[in-house]
Amino acid sequence: MQQLGMGQAVQQALREEMLRDPNVFLAGEGVGVSIHFNPYLPTHGLLEEFGPERVKDTPVSEQAIAGLAVGASVAGLRPVVEIMFNPFFTLASDMIVNHAAKLRYLSGGKSTFPLVVRIKTGAGFGAGCQHSHNLEAWVAHSPGLKVVMPSSPADAKGLLKSAIRDENPVVFLEDMTLYFMPGPVPQEEYLTPIGKAEVKREGTHVTVVAWSKMVGVALKAASQLAEEGIDVEVVDLRSLVPLDKETLLGSVRKTGRLVVLHEATRTGGFAGEICAVVMEEVFWNLKAPFRRVTGPDIPVPVSPPLERFYIPDEEKLKAAIREII
Amino acid sequence: MKVPAEKKMEMLRSMLLTRAFEDALQVLCQIQGKIPGMMILCTGQEAVASGVCAALQNEDFIISNHRSHGHLLAKGADPKALMAEIYGKRTGCNKGKSGTLHLAVPEVNAPCTTTVVGGGLPISVGVAFAQKYRKESAVTVCLFGDGAADEGSFHESLNLASLWQLPVLFVCENNLYAGAQRFEEHTRVKSIADRAAGYPMPGVVVDGNDAPAVYTATLRARETAANGGGPTLLECRTYRCRGHGEADPQHYQPKEEIALWKQRCPILKLEKEMLQKGILSAEELEKLREDSRKAVQEAVRFAEESPWPDVAEAFQDVYVSDL
Ligand SMILES: Cc1ncc(C[n+]2csc(CCOP(=O)(O)OP(=O)(O)O)c2C)c(N)n1
Repeated sequence: MQQLGMGQAVQQALREEMLRDPNVFLAGEGVGVSIHFNPYLPTHGLLEEFGPERVKDTPVSEQAIAGLAVGASVAGLRPVVEIMFNPFFTLASDMIVNHAAKLRYLSGGKSTFPLVVRIKTGAGFGAGCQHSHNLEAWVAHSPGLKVVMPSSPADAKGLLKSAIRDENPVVFLEDMTLYFMPGPVPQEEYLTPIGKAEVKREGTHVTVVAWSKMVGVALKAASQLAEEGIDVEVVDLRSLVPLDKETLLGSVRKTGRLVVLHEATRTGGFAGEICAVVMEEVFWNLKAPFRRVTGPDIPVPVSPPLERFYIPDEEKLKAAIREII
Repeated sequence: MKVPAEKKMEMLRSMLLTRAFEDALQVLCQIQGKIPGMMILCTGQEAVASGVCAALQNEDFIISNHRSHGHLLAKGADPKALMAEIYGKRTGCNKGKSGTLHLAVPEVNAPCTTTVVGGGLPISVGVAFAQKYRKESAVTVCLFGDGAADEGSFHESLNLASLWQLPVLFVCENNLYAGAQRFEEHTRVKSIADRAAGYPMPGVVVDGNDAPAVYTATLRARETAANGGGPTLLECRTYRCRGHGEADPQHYQPKEEIALWKQRCPILKLEKEMLQKGILSAEELEKLREDSRKAVQEAVRFAEESPWPDVAEAFQDVYVSDL
């Protein structure tokens, strides 16, 4: 099987969908000509292949980029727009949160907005808090948006293809660290359904719920704990909205213990939502209190030791698991 | 207007310091694990910062952007504190929280720098509002790129500053590129200064590689602003000789264009002028260069020898007193 980084997998998904549907087009800052010349990056080579009619480099104008997607989608196109870094989502957020998410509802279900907003996210490259700020919980807090956050190249490809074909606005968050971690990606055509979590590793003692880059951390911790006889089940949520309650609750019902792991900061983070759902639905199956392993409630600092401290790792996860076993 | 010799000297000194500072960074950022994050340099654009800041008073404020080293050094920031911050050390001006991209130096009235493109414009309006509110004679300068003029914040800020006649100078450092886009690929205006007409306010274009010209234009705009005449949009035409950041291979910038603009180096230009006019001798110039190299060596040594912050420090400074 081909080994691709997540950026290359995204690139394949974009290419396949653009070939399939002439209404699919791309827009964003540097999606055509970029300050990087790197085949690992998601839109590399697509301008050359599809031309400037379909791969639109825009000015530095996030609100216009997001608004372009809203307008073009209601008028029948299938926009896939890019926001360069997650914090710049805030500049686009009026169009996404107040408009993309709500306009269908406001039309009484008459207008549709089949658009995808791809956002690069994640800490770990020393650029600080105005470039690294995981805001998935903000987006998930806006009914009308689907929120997808893949953990592997194969999922990224299948989920992005589904997102492009979805009739709803989808926010698709790509952790940039994963661009440079190759994994197997099937060559043949496939779609990965949005709203289905995946049990990445089966276990009986504790359920760890994670998404995006943190799934890798969970799997590493799980295999290390296996040597101590602790049997960890890892659930990759893959999408926050819709939330696959069935897989989540099934796992916690079985293990009776839950740790949620995310890179985003703690207060108001999506771990709180997962814990609340579990509490409401399977409280009587629980054997121990929950644990959340998250980024601390601080902006992402630049200094290397501080940034390393910010990003949750296997050690922090293992400590949390041991506390409730 | 005649530019006094000591002003020229001040501008030359700050340009040389910035160039030496960034020449060092150019090398340091290539060393694996040495400097966190991206490295965004203003090499070849030094006359904008130096010309603008030479025309300011100490009490004037500047709000800078991602390409800030020159702005801050010209405003008088300590190269040691900047360098240590760029390394991410505890002794840095922001204790390692900021790194190169958001250096804040309130000691020289540069209280915040933002790497969110266009983010500085509304903030500068707020600072200028406070200055007018308190009936001060100080002004605020916002430094931003041509790309920032495509953000909505640019338009909202100019409109508000004009409406309330605030003492702010919007200084657009037009280096002909915004990321990988050439100027004419991101806007149809011939000049950012043309946009001033829409708000309205004076729109001035100046050669951004000519420090005395930038100085003179800034001095005029400052006069107007400080005397209640409202904002000016000042466009300094210059060129981004290096990539957007140091990782940028510049594959979209014509080689001849880069070579041409390197010849228009603002430092060489001012040196030549000052030597010809006899207000600078070859020995003095050598001494100035040597001083800036020494200051930078000292800054690098300070940064290298400084300790890293403890992880406990990560929790400090989120709020005024820790929660
Ligand atoms: C809101 C926002 N969008 C995108 C970026 C990424 N970005 C950083 S600098 C830059 C180009 C800015 O160009 P310009 O304003 O002309 O300044 P220059 O880099 O040329 O000095 C871009 C797109 C950002 N930092 N902030």
